[in-house]
Amino acid sequence: MPLYRFYYLLLIIFSAFVSPLSVAQAVDASTQTVTIALGVEPPDLNSTTSTDQSSIFILDHVMQGLLRYGKEGNLVGGVAKKWKLSNDEAVFWLREDARWSDGQPVTAHDFVYAWRTVVKPETASQYAFIMYPVKNAEAINQRGMAVDELGVSAEGDYILRVKLEQPCAYLLSLVAFVTYYPLREDYHQMKSTRYAADADDMLFNGAFTLEKWIHGAELTLVKNEFYWDRDTIRLERIEVPYITTDTSTTFNLFKDGKIAIAGLNSATIPNALENRLPIKKFNDGAVFYLEFNHREGRLTNNKNLRKAIQFVVNQNELVNKIIGVPGNIPGESLFPVWLQGRFQPFRKEFPAKRISFNVKRAKQYLATAKQELNVEELPPLYLLTGDSPGATVQAEYMQQVLKRYLGIELKLDKQIFKQRLAKMTSGDFDMVAAGWGPDYNDPMTFADLFASWNENNRGRYADDNYDQWVKVAQASSDVSVRMNAFAELQELLIEDAVMIPQYERGFVYVQNPRLKGVVRRIFGGDPSYYYSYIDEPLVSRE
Amino acid sequence: MFKYIVKRILSGVITVWFIATATFWAMHSVPGDPLLNDKAVDPEIRKHLEESYGLDKPVLHQYGLFLNNMLHGDFGISYTQRNRKVNDIIRDHFPVSAVLGLVALLIAVVGGILFGAITAVYKNRLPDHVIMIGVILAVSVPNFVFAALSQLGILKINQWMDGSFLPLAGWGSWQHIVIPAWVLGLGTLAYLTRLMRSSLLEEEAQQYTLTAHAKGLSRSRILFKHQLKNAILPVITVIGPTIAAITTGGFVVELVFSIPGLGRYFVQAVQQLDYTVIMGTTVFYGAFLVAMVIVVDIVYGFIDPRIRVGS
Repeated sequence: MPLYRFYYLLLIIFSAFVSPLSVAQAVDASTQTVTIALGVEPPDLNSTTSTDQSSIFILDHVMQGLLRYGKEGNLVGGVAKKWKLSNDEAVFWLREDARWSDGQPVTAHDFVYAWRTVVKPETASQYAFIMYPVKNAEAINQRGMAVDELGVSAEGDYILRVKLEQPCAYLLSLVAFVTYYPLREDYHQMKSTRYAADADDMLFNGAFTLEKWIHGAELTLVKNEFYWDRDTIRLERIEVPYITTDTSTTFNLFKDGKIAIAGLNSATIPNALENRLPIKKFNDGAVFYLEFNHREGRLTNNKNLRKAIQFVVNQNELVNKIIGVPGNIPGESLFPVWLQGRFQPFRKEFPAKRISFNVKRAKQYLATAKQELNVEELPPLYLLTGDSPGATVQAEYMQQVLKRYLGIELKLDKQIFKQRLAKMTSGDFDMVAAGWGPDYNDPMTFADLFASWNENNRGRYADDNYDQWVKVAQASSDVSVRMNAFAELQELLIEDAVMIPQYERGFVYVQNPRLKGVVRRIFGGDPSYYYSYIDEPLVSRE
Repeated sequence: MFKYIVKRILSGVITVWFIATATFWAMHSVPGDPLLNDKAVDPEIRKHLEESYGLDKPVLHQYGLFLNNMLHGDFGISYTQRNRKVNDIIRDHFPVSAVLGLVALLIAVVGGILFGAITAVYKNRLPDHVIMIGVILAVSVPNFVFAALSQLGILKINQWMDGSFLPLAGWGSWQHIVIPAWVLGLGTLAYLTRLMRSSLLEEEAQQYTLTAHAKGLSRSRILFKHQLKNAILPVITVIGPTIAAITTGGFVVELVFSIPGLGRYFVQAVQQLDYTVIMGTTVFYGAFLVAMVIVVDIVYGFIDPRIRVGS
């Protein structure tokens, strides 16, 4: 074959590329369809065991608990239309028009079955602990009590009675969480281990149903015609044809008009600004901090050393100059700004004591620390951190700060995910870059992190006073008593330099202007498309 | 020949067993385990999890169980994707990687032979220099750079054409394959071009080429009829391992172009220490690579009887 035939062949192949192609667009008003991308494929859509953001996002759209989060992030009725919470029990009256996606009613029995499944040791649910406020949940899960002893019972089909272990002021927030979602016994038994493995191995009682799920590739959610509040739902379809963690890809897809919402990072923000895209901000409620190792024998067990470090960390500089992504809030307390207090936000009622940057005081603390530790020169400290570019930059900033102001050498121990967790758990660090996202809407989700018995207390901070105040807040249902206890804890954390708050995480993203009613929120799945719809275009393009 | 094939297959089986064993022990000696999570797990709850996955047994026992299950073709259930069997993950996602890999290979082989031939024919002239510069670029620039650049390029063309030229990412139609396959195959294409060029130049110095020229045959006839057949042998040699490399090495491409291939699961499994998926994919890919090498060795014998191995 002569060479020109090759060229000819190439030409034919290339011309085939230019043929028009129909790919779903970001928004479509006529079909009320929105197309989005997902970071990772939901690993576990079985609500009794799922723990991750991606699964919770999907579950929040296709399932519903007794209560749910409304437009303003407030708790509103879900399957329950009425409820009553007292010190020792809660009663929920279920709406009779709530249906599963096969048309059968959602009943109180479905909740009893689901909750029992969660606490059963054989289920091995990582989030079983979140059920512990329910009477006997812990005893069943940890000490082998019979599962029918669980303090939840159905009175008829539409009344659910929940007995409590002790007063639980935040129970209503808990029952909105995925772990508390209903599960229908006959269906679950029939599917057995196949349950939630594929789209047609699930039953739904939420605003949407999962119509298609091609693993790793594509998910399609469509409006659930059996959903009791279907008149509120305006969106007909949510298409997820892209699954990737690559933010440049999602940003490119957004610019190409293929997806309606895309997160930005420090690399893509300048380009978004250049293209004059309106940038939105959102705080996901997570707090990031440096945790010290308080174990015996560690240098960081010394309070004065911790105080010295506390006084040279400048959160404003960290957030504005080092992280450089708008939306992050400089950290002042373990308790983030959005937590609710008695009448106002908690941090308004109980402002955290400000530690302002002060090298002189820091050096005084350091001198005392050296005396107490009986050393001339401090040996290097180890900061355990993740391996992402962001984590590295923040760690290097700390390294530089400690060197410059205190002459302390900080060595970075960069580890990939599981190895970092292994070292955190075994206590192989002096300081560790840690973070916490809330599980439920109450300061307790942060407060008990540093209780001596908490497994998440990786630095093993143990203080009787601290434990005492946590117990006070746990045992009381009086808002004033509880908030005062949290204020005491906040004070202790700062005074003892237990940890150093760094920032409250913020996200920036771009959103298609025709996509309306998206709710970003801290609890429940985020973002929520429950109230979303697609606006008609102002000018037709054809 | 038959004896030779049996021998090769036997040694292949031993190789796969060795890969599996080495991976198993390496994996278990890495700090951390699949059950660790951002949020610490209560010791009692952890115990339930360990029991349900069989992690409470001694490692040697686990190894025995693993080997036994592997012989029955069962790699167990993923830790991160709680309801999915590793076999299902491989069955669902390997075909995607394979299709992508084969198209990439096709691009690489056709392109490599074509460009190799051009460079050899135009040795030390402009087309040769231009192509060789491209080859050096393609070999030295990592493919995630090409992936990002190609995607950006397509975005620009899409914007310029005010419509869709090619999709930026996703999977499902042949249009989705073109760019990722091109990016994935580029390195191999460059490598094959170099290989083809040197191999053709060697043939150029052979007596039979001189004879052909002397008989007055046309340049293209000499190239396609006589030289190519001989020069292509080294290319065949590298194709076996290349098929395996291309179908497994697509992690970055799969991530950037949002493609549901096995490469992504493979890499994520290692990051997540998803024991069962690590073992399943490693053994699968190992066996695949070994099989490809055996196939190529056998095919080699058919193409060139002079070098039939083992006979």
